[in-house]
Amino acid sequence: MFSFVVSRVLQAIPVMLVVAFISFAMFAYVGDPVSIMLGQDFTEAQRTALVHNLGLDRSFLVQFLTFVGNALQGEFGLSYRLGRPVAELIAERAPATLELAFCAAFIAIAIGVPMGVYTGLYRNSWLSRFFLTFSLIGVSLPTFLIGILLILVFAVNLGWLPSFGRGDVVSLGWWSTGFATATGWKALVLPAVTLGLFQLTLIMRLVRAEMLEVLRTDYIKFARARGLSNRAINFGHALKNTLVPVITVAGLQLGAIIAFAIVTETVFQWPGMGLLFIQSVGSADIPVMAAYLMLISAIFVTINLVVDLLYYAVDPRLRVGRRGH
Amino acid sequence: MAAPLLEVRNLRVEFPTRRGILTALDDVSFSIEPGEILGVVGESGAGKSMTGAAIIGLLEPPGRIARGEILLNGRRIDALPYAELRRIRGREIGAIFQDPLTTLNPLYSVGQQLVETMTTHLPITPDEARRRAIGWLEQVGIPAAAQRIDAYPHEFSGGMRQRVVIALALCAEPKLIVADEPTTALDVSIQAQVIALLKTLARDKGTAMMLITHDMGVIAETADRVAVMYAGRIAEIGPVRQVVLHARHPYSQGLMGSIPPLDRRVERLAQIDGSMPRLTAIPPGCAYNPRCPKVFGRCLGDRPDLMDAGPTQAACWLYDNV
Ligand SMILES: Nc1ncnc2c1ncn2[C@@H]1O[C@H](COP(=O)(O)OP(=O)(O)OP(=O)(O)O)[C@@H](O)[C@H]1O
Ligand code: SF4
Ligand SMILES: [Mg+2]
Repeated sequence: MFSFVVSRVLQAIPVMLVVAFISFAMFAYVGDPVSIMLGQDFTEAQRTALVHNLGLDRSFLVQFLTFVGNALQGEFGLSYRLGRPVAELIAERAPATLELAFCAAFIAIAIGVPMGVYTGLYRNSWLSRFFLTFSLIGVSLPTFLIGILLILVFAVNLGWLPSFGRGDVVSLGWWSTGFATATGWKALVLPAVTLGLFQLTLIMRLVRAEMLEVLRTDYIKFARARGLSNRAINFGHALKNTLVPVITVAGLQLGAIIAFAIVTETVFQWPGMGLLFIQSVGSADIPVMAAYLMLISAIFVTINLVVDLLYYAVDPRLRVGRRGH
Repeated sequence: MAAPLLEVRNLRVEFPTRRGILTALDDVSFSIEPGEILGVVGESGAGKSMTGAAIIGLLEPPGRIARGEILLNGRRIDALPYAELRRIRGREIGAIFQDPLTTLNPLYSVGQQLVETMTTHLPITPDEARRRAIGWLEQVGIPAAAQRIDAYPHEFSGGMRQRVVIALALCAEPKLIVADEPTTALDVSIQAQVIALLKTLARDKGTAMMLITHDMGVIAETADRVAVMYAGRIAEIGPVRQVVLHARHPYSQGLMGSIPPLDRRVERLAQIDGSMPRLTAIPPGCAYNPRCPKVFGRCLGDRPDLMDAGPTQAACWLYDNV
């Protein structure tokens, strides 16, 4: 178990190094930080001093290693656009994105899995057909369009929910939460639904397909022949066997939710990391973009590790050599 | 004579398909006495598994029982609502499937599967069920049962898994076991052991068994009576010695090949020229008539039902008016 975790962490290191290299390369090839920071009027002496301060006169390798070393300590330098430490900016924005992503993932799993089980068990009921048709919409409409439609209906026409922002937030130390106020909850609904809808339909279709597959297996037939209750068979034996693929996809989708929050955050002017990223792209704010890229990759890598650990917990066949023969 | 444990009367199973109704079983009738072992043989596709599935109520849709009835201890079980049927499965009729590699749920330990089966059917606590589970594993010959009970199916070899399946089929103490080719998927070297175990347990517990197999040797050593199936019907049924040594139906005679002595192991079914007709192309008259060496006029027009042919019953016009 311990060695399993260690080996996975070791495998993650090269991945993170590649991402770090790409982020680092952005500094060298996208825009010129020196001219951005100096503005219009400067002397050659000022310029040389800045180049030296930024370490741009050192060798490529030294610069890269310095970058990685700083990144490991959460140091990404100053934002070109806002002149504040990047780490601080991201820490400010992270709670908004993480709360949104968590709600979206919760909606996707809490609704997608039961819908998948239902449509798998009652293949021909009209409700299943309705769910499947509905899921086509979720899969085929682009996220921004869903967001705009939801705003149109629930914010503009009905006036039930706000169309932008996070509502009132409460600070718990460095974490600002929207979960503590009614306006915070209301503001979450539309963006979370928008962000979670695609994943919801994906998970529903996946669970359905897996259920159909598992229900045909011999061990389910044998479970019936043993006289187990429908409940034990459908929600125990069958559902548990669909879990491994569902965990994989749900895990990857959680990463995707955090990454693709960019679109939803832009539509709803949600003050999260995605919006920060989009604003940074507009002004070639490389330090922020680099930090965002690395953070998202770190999140993906972590989720993959957790997914692997969950497999381990669900499927005894992976726990090799524990008892021997 | 005691009342039969299981009685199948004029059973007909149909599969509605786009191109009309397929009759997979037609007019199948037989009975099994308490504690009796009935062997069922016949070529692939004859309807052996279908008969077993109909008895435990596990016909795959759209397959359905179109006619006839199945009685267990005199009570009809072929049209029970699901909740009642479920209480019969496992509790009164146990099942053993062909491939032990796929019949056990890979994510549940063998102990969990045994315990849930027993607590579903018997009024016992999980602790008591676990104690009995260890006992069952010992009875089916799993070494170090107390340690192995928490192991998962993949930690057992194929033969050991089939022993676990046997324990699962027997643990709620059913009166009848339907065993569909229980050793076909196993290594040849352990087939005999598993069959011997099955026979010993059935005899000890007084459990009746419907044993479906291709192996005439197994039938000869294990069964009390044999049913020979052909194209969805029973061609011949009778005491094992009679059917194996003195088969009356030309198809059974073909199956048994040259008459083998009971004490010598008979290997796989002998080959008969031609092949069994598909369900869509069963000829009029006797279904065996295209392959039968003794075919005569009547066989081409009328379908024979089972009739007395000495010690056995055979569906063959040769025995009309005997
Ligand atoms: N779902 C189905 N739809 C239509 N026909 C089916 C279906 N399942 C089985 N059959 C047919 O029913 C007949 C009986 O099949 P069954 O499985 O009982 O044969 P069997 O005697 O057990 O053969 P084997 O020795 O190969 O196991 C076969 O002709 C088969 O093609
Ligand atoms: S009825 Fe005729 S064709 Fe059929 S088995 Fe008997 S002799 Fe052969
Ligand atoms: Mg079969």
